[in-house]
Amino acid sequence: MGVTKEGVEETLKAKLTPTHLVVIDTSGGCGASFDIEIASSNFEGKRLLERHRLVNAALAEELKDIHALSIRKALTPKQWEEQHPAPENLATA
Amino acid sequence: AAALTPELRESVEKFVKGHKVVLFMKGTKLFPQCGFSNTVVQILNNLSVPYETVNILEDDGLRQGLKAYSNWPTFPQLYIDGEFFGGCDITLEAFQSGQLKEVVEKAMCS
Repeated sequence: MGVTKEGVEETLKAKLTPTHLVVIDTSGGCGASFDIEIASSNFEGKRLLERHRLVNAALAEELKDIHALSIRKALTPKQWEEQHPAPENLATA
Repeated sequence: AAALTPELRESVEKFVKGHKVVLFMKGTKLFPQCGFSNTVVQILNNLSVPYETVNILEDDGLRQGLKAYSNWPTFPQLYIDGEFFGGCDITLEAFQSGQLKEVVEKAMCS
């Protein structure tokens, strides 16, 4: 049984209740490979290493079959908003 | 399940504490066999820091044991001053922010 993008998304949603989540399937035929961008309040007050550990722990089962995993961004909801202002904010800037 | 015997734990600990910068990777620094491992090799080369590499593809016992030792499921794994620093994404981000250079320089002086 392989790991799907949907499976990764569901697991992360269930375990880390992200306010923002993008999972990109980057497998080029060599097996399950994903890029992840995630914002979750679970990351508050945690260093990057600890944040990645949370993601890795959430995906412990999937990681047995995942060939490559890249956690591109692990942000708090506040950090995410700072980096991605809503369109109306851009318009008034 | 990852098998981290007391003997293996001791020898890993001795090795990472015996060298300032250690990279457990797929392949060698001259011939990385995975893009993620290659990224970290290029970063360390760029910093002009002396470092040791260990090819985990040659020893499955070590490969499984290290995952348990660092509580990190993937490779490469970078150790600085005896401590696990992170995988490819963390190393790349720390390199780009200048933090990696600081940590490495601090390790070299310690």
